[in-house]
Amino acid sequence: MSKIAQKEKSMILQKEMVEGLFNDLANAKELGKKVCYTFIPGNLSELIQTFDMLPVYPEINALQNAMRKKSGGYIKEAERNAHSEDVCTYVKCDIGMMMKGNIGPTGQKLPKPDVLLLSYTGCFTFLKWFETLKREYPDAKVIMVHTPYQENGEITPEMTQYMVKQFKEEVIPQMEQVTGIKFDEKKLKQHLVLSAEAEDWITKIFDTTKHKPSPIDAYFAGVYYIGPINIGFRGTQKAVDYYKELYKEILIRIEKGQGPITPEGEMKEEKYRLVVEGPPNWTSFREFWKIFYDMGAVIVASSYTKVGGVYDYGWRHDPERPLEALAEYCMNCYTNMNIPQRIELLKKCIVDYDADGYITNSIKSCNSFSAGQLGMMREIEDSLEVPVGFIESDLVDPRYFSYSNIKNRLESYFQMLEQRKKMEMETV
Amino acid sequence: MKNYFLGIDLGSTTSKAVIINNKDEIIGRGITNTRANYKVAADIAREEAIYDARFTLLSNKLKDEIESKPEFKKYMEDIRSVFQYRQFKRRMDSLEKKLKETVQDYSYDNKSAIADALNSIIEIIRPHIKNEFINKNLGSKNQFFRDIVSERYNAEVEKADRTLYEPLMLAFDKSITPVENEMVQFNFKELIHESMKTLEDKYQGLIDEPQEHNEEDWYYAELNAVKNNYKNVETSLREHIDSIADQEIHIANMVGTGYGRALLPFPEDCIKSEILCHAFGAHAVFPNTRTVLDIGGQDTKAIQVDSRGLVTSFHMNDRCAAGCGRYLGYIADEFGISLNELGPEAMSADKETTICSTCTVFAGAEVKELLHNGEKRPNILAGLHKAIVQRAMSLIARSGGVREEFTFTGGVARNQAVLKYVKQMVTDSYGEITMNIHSDSIFMGALGGAMFARRNIEIELPSKKMKTKKAINHE
Repeated sequence: MSKIAQKEKSMILQKEMVEGLFNDLANAKELGKKVCYTFIPGNLSELIQTFDMLPVYPEINALQNAMRKKSGGYIKEAERNAHSEDVCTYVKCDIGMMMKGNIGPTGQKLPKPDVLLLSYTGCFTFLKWFETLKREYPDAKVIMVHTPYQENGEITPEMTQYMVKQFKEEVIPQMEQVTGIKFDEKKLKQHLVLSAEAEDWITKIFDTTKHKPSPIDAYFAGVYYIGPINIGFRGTQKAVDYYKELYKEILIRIEKGQGPITPEGEMKEEKYRLVVEGPPNWTSFREFWKIFYDMGAVIVASSYTKVGGVYDYGWRHDPERPLEALAEYCMNCYTNMNIPQRIELLKKCIVDYDADGYITNSIKSCNSFSAGQLGMMREIEDSLEVPVGFIESDLVDPRYFSYSNIKNRLESYFQMLEQRKKMEMETV
Repeated sequence: MKNYFLGIDLGSTTSKAVIINNKDEIIGRGITNTRANYKVAADIAREEAIYDARFTLLSNKLKDEIESKPEFKKYMEDIRSVFQYRQFKRRMDSLEKKLKETVQDYSYDNKSAIADALNSIIEIIRPHIKNEFINKNLGSKNQFFRDIVSERYNAEVEKADRTLYEPLMLAFDKSITPVENEMVQFNFKELIHESMKTLEDKYQGLIDEPQEHNEEDWYYAELNAVKNNYKNVETSLREHIDSIADQEIHIANMVGTGYGRALLPFPEDCIKSEILCHAFGAHAVFPNTRTVLDIGGQDTKAIQVDSRGLVTSFHMNDRCAAGCGRYLGYIADEFGISLNELGPEAMSADKETTICSTCTVFAGAEVKELLHNGEKRPNILAGLHKAIVQRAMSLIARSGGVREEFTFTGGVARNQAVLKYVKQMVTDSYGEITMNIHSDSIFMGALGGAMFARRNIEIELPSKKMKTKKAINHE
């Protein structure tokens, strides 16, 4: 019994956190809180908390709607309102949801935004998305931060200063104006202390895949693990508590030599260890996961769990340099890294976690992720001689998930891995 | 008892079977069109491969005679054609019965007129097809039962009274599917004896001099040799037929692959991905192969292999099958010509008309527009073939390009025009590279499957294997 209770505790914690947030959002007016719509990459969670605002993440709503099989209808609604078939499906799902009354994934109505905060400009779609939202919510204040891309594979002091200047001159004054709250650096610093702590924990958690068998799946379960740190809880004690609890549960799994928990049950035998690049498909998330489960494939690292922040190299929010830390954070998210940096990071994951293979899930409607994926795959294949696989699906448009095609490719890929493993063993 | 190994490739358009011996040599090939009942398609392909294997064994026994005496060579070729005709005849009998039953059940007012028309069509097409099998080697042209009958049947229906068109076409559509999906078992010995009888009639009826000189001289030389000496061949053959017919072709292991592999009634560890099978087959035939392009009915695959024939990476078309074999089938239908005629006509083009290959159905509309504008048919066809290859080239690029030797496999590799553009475009993009195309290219997946069956490469857990190894060491 105690095992079951321990297993469930982190899940219960997360559920409570998410429900609490959506409850607060539904009652934002009564609570007298201002609402800030923003995106996961480069999210300024701590700053939002400093101004006592509540965050709404449109792409999280989209993916949650997809998992609840609602995205198809929302996308159709958006398309009926002249949004092209080629537009990012997160956007269309969000717009469709808005058109249908802005009822969030928990069934509660989402409040209108007071602020549209765009703190990551690496995804051009984000700009257009908020332009559309601004037309729908003319009273909302748009705050846009230009985040320099790591074109040369580094964050220079000039880049950081450029962003800090924007925080000081644009973001903070406007937030003060909307909320009527004066910027409190001390409060921000306190949040940053907790952020760094949560970041330490999550790094430890994703590092447990070094164990064999891996106690967790760093992609399919990983997307749940990154929930609290990405959707507004980074910088709070709640997030720290959640990750501490999760880590504790994982340590028990390691001690017992257990594999990851999946919706189909515990993974009994780890046959393949993989690194995955690209977001998962959300509309058929469980079927997608099951294909891997059936093949005994565990994902030991994924780039997708790094969209909300890359902590692998030791970077943490530094409370002593609060605005600089926020700037670095924005510039340090996965899709803001240049292609060679991403390749290095993925190679590090393959080596550190002793992966047998590398799979790209290319997303039809996400240029941010998909651009460069083939080249990255070739580079990784050539330099590490690791077997690579390529599949295609979409984020939240159910029309672009072809189960039999994906299964066919993955089956071929796993048989290829098996054949190579066998040969390698024979050579040994 | 000798062991043989079977590979079955259940593709979207055709089902192929290959039987190999323990030296990886192909001794039997079987092919049929894939139909609604996959099991029947697989069984027919397998049966065909077994008959073919018996003929191979027969030819091996008569090897010396075949090499030294033209009448043996000719007789063996002819008996294959006749054998194929006898198989066809059994199915045709079944179809005829079904057609008549279908018409009998009609409630049309002009039912008797339909029945009369049907009878006369059957009377016309049966001897016509028989002649083509026996005297023109129709069976070697790789046509399937449905194609052979429908082509002639449709042509006759076109000539019939217009009021009969619809019921006659409907009768065919209703009858062909159940007939195609029924498994007909043949007795090899019985069929080959029947075939020898038919051949005897053929040779006896041969006139001394050809009436029309539209064949090469050697053709008549062979025919005359066999006409005068077929009795000797028959005697030699009879000695061996019974032993070959009674010999068990013992299939020690088999592997199923292809698009419909999951539906084959095979154990899980006997099902292999077509990617691995095509690569393994192509690599076995051309050991220096490093890149394999396979264009099948609905899949185009670009596969990279290492020096051992193991796949290192692959890329397949996704979401859309435009540019695959089915695209050609659709285009052939649009032009009202057979699939086999597409390539030769495209080869006679003086230029390639630019055609969009992103959608098969749109390409059909585009073709109509181009024809309307006076574009020449061969040029349009050349453009269509080029479009297919352009799509394949994009997949090759995505899979990592062409490395060293390149092998082209799959049903589409038989099309000369596709071949021409593949050669042209691979050379343009990757320079002078050795390119292999084998006459058995369509069988590469089945060959790879049979080779896996021989090696008995099981899908086992690596850790389990380690444990087994350890256990053995321990003992």
